[in-house]
Amino acid sequence: MLHPLPHQHQTGAPLVEINGLSCGYEKQKVLDQVDLQIMRGDFVGLLGPSGSGKTTLLRAMLGAVDVYEGEVLVEGARASEKRPRIGYVPQLETIDWNFPVTVRQVVMMGRTMENRLFPWFRKEEKELADRMMSQLGILHLAGRHIRQLSGGQQQRAFLARALVSSPSLLLLDEPTSGVDVKTRDDVMHLLHDLNHEGVTIVITTHEINAVAVHLPRLAVLHSYNGAGRVLAEGTPYDVITSEILYQTYGAEMPVIHYEGMPIVAESPHRYGGGNGRTGAVAEEDHSVSGHSHSHA
Amino acid sequence: MLDVLAEPFTYPFMLRGMLAAILAGALCGGIGVYIILKRMAYIGHGLAHAVLGGAVVSFVMSFNFLIGSTVWGFLCAQVITLTTKKRKIAYDAAIGVVTTASFAVGIVLISRYKGFTRDFETALFGNITGVTAGDLVALAVVTGAVALVLFVAYKHFLFTTFDGDVAQFYGVPTGWVEAMFSLVLAGTIVVSLQVLGVLLIAGATVIPPVSARMLTDSFPRMLLLSAAIGAVCGFLGIYLSYFVDVSSGATIVLVEATVFGGVMVYANLRSRLAAIRQRETHTAPAAPPADPGTARPPEAIKTEGD
Repeated sequence: MLHPLPHQHQTGAPLVEINGLSCGYEKQKVLDQVDLQIMRGDFVGLLGPSGSGKTTLLRAMLGAVDVYEGEVLVEGARASEKRPRIGYVPQLETIDWNFPVTVRQVVMMGRTMENRLFPWFRKEEKELADRMMSQLGILHLAGRHIRQLSGGQQQRAFLARALVSSPSLLLLDEPTSGVDVKTRDDVMHLLHDLNHEGVTIVITTHEINAVAVHLPRLAVLHSYNGAGRVLAEGTPYDVITSEILYQTYGAEMPVIHYEGMPIVAESPHRYGGGNGRTGAVAEEDHSVSGHSHSHA
Repeated sequence: MLDVLAEPFTYPFMLRGMLAAILAGALCGGIGVYIILKRMAYIGHGLAHAVLGGAVVSFVMSFNFLIGSTVWGFLCAQVITLTTKKRKIAYDAAIGVVTTASFAVGIVLISRYKGFTRDFETALFGNITGVTAGDLVALAVVTGAVALVLFVAYKHFLFTTFDGDVAQFYGVPTGWVEAMFSLVLAGTIVVSLQVLGVLLIAGATVIPPVSARMLTDSFPRMLLLSAAIGAVCGFLGIYLSYFVDVSSGATIVLVEATVFGGVMVYANLRSRLAAIRQRETHTAPAAPPADPGTARPPEAIKTEGD
């Protein structure tokens, strides 16, 4: 398993409370009747197909969507009220890598609103940024242009920008998208470390086996009548089942269990003989479970 | 010889023109950095046309040209921003619609009220020799104000330009920053019109920042370099135009284009040299070759079956 220590899932009032939320953009509903609670110390993965509203759910927590029904409370406050700081790490694909900024300049952006009346950053703020970069192992790259970093280093730079604002909640939009296996592993280890230090984290992901099953808690979204809904919520063991995956993706996805961890089995592609579905294969293979809660 | 070279400095109108060209060059160069990095290179070209509409409206209504045109340009920039945000229209298309409509308003009014005809040519091509002390003061005031805004709100402008969507999540008032940028841009264009004219102003807002970008990977350095390139080219342009006796605005833009060409050649050479050096470093032997008599071939990797 990626995370060696038990996660500190705290009780009490939830950090994020989403009640009956219907929201979207320009009168177009993207999420419908979403209920979700995120406790302090949680590490939640939002899983679902493209267009199911994962990124919109993150944006709803940031207060960057039009709310039609329901509410999103962060530490009990609505988007229009004074809210705690939320760190946001966008998808790396959305970054303009040709923009003339160094790693340090990117990290310092996270402090833009901390000392807003002064055009310069204070010495303590620069030291904080250095400490954060050092903690994430990129201090030696501080003077480099962002394009000169590897995928993992780039992710760390933007993570450092989010962390220097001392956020109560850290949101990451597909942090492992488009990176190699080693970088993905590094990024996920780093996030688990941060979570063990008490940072509440929510990420979106498409990767079930490599990312989602290693998270302590998942919320699975699916598209229903053109708007996303939370179909299931719980531990990977509870929600990564053939039934839920079928309802989510509309495809049969056999699930096997290895040391208590669910794994979605990839079936071989077949050409020229139909669509290559796996029903027959799943039935023949005894290690493949068509149902949840049955260990291999 | 020296007397000939110093001759332009002996005329007050040339001194005023040179100062105006330096200020306008620096101003357009500085603002141009944000324009280029926001990928809206044609906003300068479009707003210069739009401002002409405001200039004619101000003339017809006997209103102060500077204030009227700046407000008109600011409103046009706001309409462009609103159009792209509320409707799915690309930025360049919105610039095309709003600014040409505004320009057309100017043309319609000029054809109706003939009194603007002489100023129209100045507005199109600029007239550096006609810079008055009042124009110079306006240029200096706007340059100072723009420099102050860019300095005080440096962090906010940088984050908003880099990624406005995310900056808003971090609490940066991006709406205010965008509005302030529109105002600063409109003011820059209005006071630079006298020097460069509607048709050439885009060159001064695009060429220096693009040249500066090729020279540095740091935002503050790009900002300073671009303003410096704009100022130097402004001075050189008007200085050369005195001797060659051609349009000063066009000469300034041609000097900037020459600098751009030079910087491009330099940047290409620099990257090629860096690539060659890197190749040499990778192919260089790690240690001096051993004595052939004592050198041994590396031992073969033995496997179980050997």
